Amino acid sequence: MSTLAVHDHDVAHHNDHDEHHHQDTFLTKYIFSQDHKMIAKQFLITGITMAVIAMILSVLFRIQLAYPDKAFPLLETLLGRFAPQGRLDPNFYLSLVTIHGTIMVFFVLTAGLSGTFSNLLIPLQLGARDMASPFLNMLSYWFFFTASVIMLGSFFVTKGPASAGWTIYPPLSALPKAMPGSGEGMTLWLISMVLFVASSLMGGINYVSTVLNMRTKGMDLWKMPLTIWAFFLTAILGVLAFPVLVAGVVLLIFDRSFGTSFYLSEIVVNGQIMPYEGGSPILFQHLFWFLGHPEVYIVIMPALGISSEIISTNSRKPIFGYHAMVYSLIGITVLSFIVWGHHMFVTGMNPFLGGVFMITTLIIAVPSAVKTFNYLATLWRGNIRFTPAMLFAIGLVSFFISGGLTGIFLGNAALDINLHDTYFVVAHFHLVMGSAAIFGMLAGVYHWFPKMFGRLMDEKLGYLHFWLTFIGAYLVFFPMHFMGLDGVPRRYYAFTEFESMKQWLSVNVFITWAAIMSAVAQLAFLFNFFYSIFFGKKTTQNPWNSNTLEWTAPIEHFHGNWPGEIPTVYRWPYDYSKPGHHEDFIPQTVPFSQTMSSNLPHDFEDNETGLEALAQWHKANPVKEEVK
Amino acid sequence: MAFKKLINFKTLSAILASIFLFASTVIAQDAGATTTPATDDAANATMWTGVGYYVLLFLLVAVIVGIVGKIFRVYDLTSQIQGKKGMNWNNIMGVCFIVFLIAGSYGAYWSFVEQGSHILPAAASIHGVKLDNMFMVTFGITVIVFFLTQIALFGFSYLYRGSDKRKAYFYPHNNTIEKIWTVIPAIVLTILVITGFFTWSEITNTTDAKGEPASINIDVTGHQFAWEIRYPGKDGKLGVKNYRLVTGLNKLGVNFQDKNSFDDLIADTLVLPVNKSVRLNILAQDVIHSVYMPHFRVQLNAVPGLPTFFKFTPTITTAEMRTKLDNATFEYLLYCNKICGGGHYNMKKVVRVVSEAEYQDWLSKQKPYLNDQLRKELKMADNGQTKGIVQNRLALNN
Repeated sequence: MSTLAVHDHDVAHHNDHDEHHHQDTFLTKYIFSQDHKMIAKQFLITGITMAVIAMILSVLFRIQLAYPDKAFPLLETLLGRFAPQGRLDPNFYLSLVTIHGTIMVFFVLTAGLSGTFSNLLIPLQLGARDMASPFLNMLSYWFFFTASVIMLGSFFVTKGPASAGWTIYPPLSALPKAMPGSGEGMTLWLISMVLFVASSLMGGINYVSTVLNMRTKGMDLWKMPLTIWAFFLTAILGVLAFPVLVAGVVLLIFDRSFGTSFYLSEIVVNGQIMPYEGGSPILFQHLFWFLGHPEVYIVIMPALGISSEIISTNSRKPIFGYHAMVYSLIGITVLSFIVWGHHMFVTGMNPFLGGVFMITTLIIAVPSAVKTFNYLATLWRGNIRFTPAMLFAIGLVSFFISGGLTGIFLGNAALDINLHDTYFVVAHFHLVMGSAAIFGMLAGVYHWFPKMFGRLMDEKLGYLHFWLTFIGAYLVFFPMHFMGLDGVPRRYYAFTEFESMKQWLSVNVFITWAAIMSAVAQLAFLFNFFYSIFFGKKTTQNPWNSNTLEWTAPIEHFHGNWPGEIPTVYRWPYDYSKPGHHEDFIPQTVPFSQTMSSNLPHDFEDNETGLEALAQWHKANPVKEEVK
Repeated sequence: MAFKKLINFKTLSAILASIFLFASTVIAQDAGATTTPATDDAANATMWTGVGYYVLLFLLVAVIVGIVGKIFRVYDLTSQIQGKKGMNWNNIMGVCFIVFLIAGSYGAYWSFVEQGSHILPAAASIHGVKLDNMFMVTFGITVIVFFLTQIALFGFSYLYRGSDKRKAYFYPHNNTIEKIWTVIPAIVLTILVITGFFTWSEITNTTDAKGEPASINIDVTGHQFAWEIRYPGKDGKLGVKNYRLVTGLNKLGVNFQDKNSFDDLIADTLVLPVNKSVRLNILAQDVIHSVYMPHFRVQLNAVPGLPTFFKFTPTITTAEMRTKLDNATFEYLLYCNKICGGGHYNMKKVVRVVSEAEYQDWLSKQKPYLNDQLRKELKMADNGQTKGIVQNRLALNN
């Protein structure tokens, strides 16, 4: 149907292109699709699947932490040798922690978040027919998919998956003798990550080139929605930082398999003297965190972009301080490259270096604070519609504050001495990048579901999902701060060996049940999501009365997004509740000439003829409404 | 007192957990009674009934949620038929946010008071006291910001909840306000950074100042999954080490060509004299470990191939701390705080801070590192030493 429409309106040279897509088979439409919207859905559903798996892993280790002395025969049935006599094996516990972290950080919050929403929104919000390179885009997904399969496949090797923590510090990860997970499991982890980085680079290069080259007429950089700014800067960050991880990983592969000593020196394992000499384990940490720290901004920035858009749309108010929002994103992007050392204050790195990294780290708190205040100012005197997306966006801001503030403690090298690697850190990053980013992702799913599937998700189930998850997340992570302040280290298999830690066992039981409650709450989302794909209420073209370009595209999908010409953009995306206009939104495609009654001098900053026209119009139509 | 609170908290969380757990414990007890004599099949059966119970419980909750949803729907539709407005979800959600704000603020306060009473006691070292002060300042600032911003967030959500009658206030930017809230955090953070930087430099500047009595040098070496402690003898100097010399008896690879090593001592416990500067030389043999002594606010990673050290001065003896905490079995601990393998969770060493006299007494009772067995081994090795090392190298290169 819609492709016919293209024939009616489109210029002749597009015809070949469209003819080609008439022969969509199942394989080219759903599997090896090159359409950015389909690839976005592929990323989303793979991301959700990975998130569910990683969440189940977390429930498993939470059960161990809550009941360290209790046997669960079911675990042995499910996990076999990894849970002899119904109790998790200590090494497998570490595997669970490692794979949970890896999947959540990379596969869910990087690929699942950026992959989904950059793919969906960059062409649609910029007015492009597809990505700069649809083929590369398809490859990006399939590399990601292969990486996911390999990562999960590592559960099926004899000695179990990688277990040196998601940061895989050598020598632990480099010496198969040091722990079972550093055998084949680690090899698979490394292979999987190399593929993952390849995928993420292909995606990133595509996003950057699309944003720079394929914007529709009138869409200059300062008219782009904040989502696009966030995705754009995230992609730049990824393209610059991920290769360093590959470098680190390749050197680790060399150390593991080819006998080099990049990271290894003076090692005696189980009484056996190893031949490695002259390497430095700290080198790996530098390479890892050179990616690792930008990585947390790769995770949080798209979520911030998404929530900016959602908060503005649902407050029916322009985002407060659009320019400040963009500049703080740019500030975060630049600064995030020079703060990685704050993960390494107590590694034995030169203390002076630690001092320098402390200064840069605390500077990065300034743009983050500005963003938070701007969100609050956007809500102020708004007309807030509580869609589930809006609830999740508000939840994100709450988590971002709570988790961000504890960053001020950890970013301070002196305070970090006693907090490093304790549960305080666990609480901090689960709030600020874990919960906040996943809330951004969920907000995005609720908000753009109609765009993706042409149907609406159920609002009431969305409310239930939000409240259970929001409360659950706070119940899980808030008490962890105090465990950290009591000097309880993370990645401990059981607290039973220390008299002083036993006082936290009851808190652990509480946290575990809160985690299980939040996990069960996700079923409300999963049901809502999959049910609504097929049976949800049909959506209208612009269900949220939003200004951005994606809502001018027809509901039904086809490769090319718009029948006929791509709409032209005339204004910024946040003209909500502009005084003098009869509706509370003015889409970007509406020219100023049609909204004379609401135009402001500010709209014509670099446009003298426009300003003159406005002055003339005001002369001709003396103000009536504004006076009363 | 603290224990009473603990019990309170236990009962509270138990009430929450028992909602889910009640029947399952009954089943578990049954299972416990039956499994001892019963076969695997019976154990399996009870296990699956346990699982089935949870599945049923979940289904029940799901059905209830479904029914409640339908009731809302019916209520909404009937009120629409009667010409009234349906449920105003904007108002409901706005109120929910206010309720969350109040309950959450109380919860946060409760957490600070209850769980906050279980955190570490005041620092037992000189630099630790400075850290504690800095922590309190940072805590004061952040907790104010925390409550103000959360109140603003949820308060605005409630106050400006949507209504068809209102229009939002078009307010795209205000440069003055933006400048203010860029500059204020910047100033506050600058103050924190500067004090933090100086404290950090002071703690990590570990060379002994001139005229100051030399710190006591102690080696702490981590390996999977224990710590080895080596004290210098009367000379106050530790002998050099070489990892290639590690054997079953010479666990640390001490090089006995260095005369300083002859009187080195080996110890089970890290005993420290109070109010004396101590320099811990931190080493690792296999993977990265981390020396963590939270009561002294001491932490530094033990990295193989990269010796590090941490200098600090303990100020409170174990005995004093015991009376202070009213806990007769209290011990300072050193434990591993960097993931190092399957036994990571149980890598502790007791640290005891004692008076100078007790320390000297204890020191005199410690065994020398160079014991008779080791002497014998070294004598035997001495004959074919050079040859041995060459062979060793060849073997390792394979």
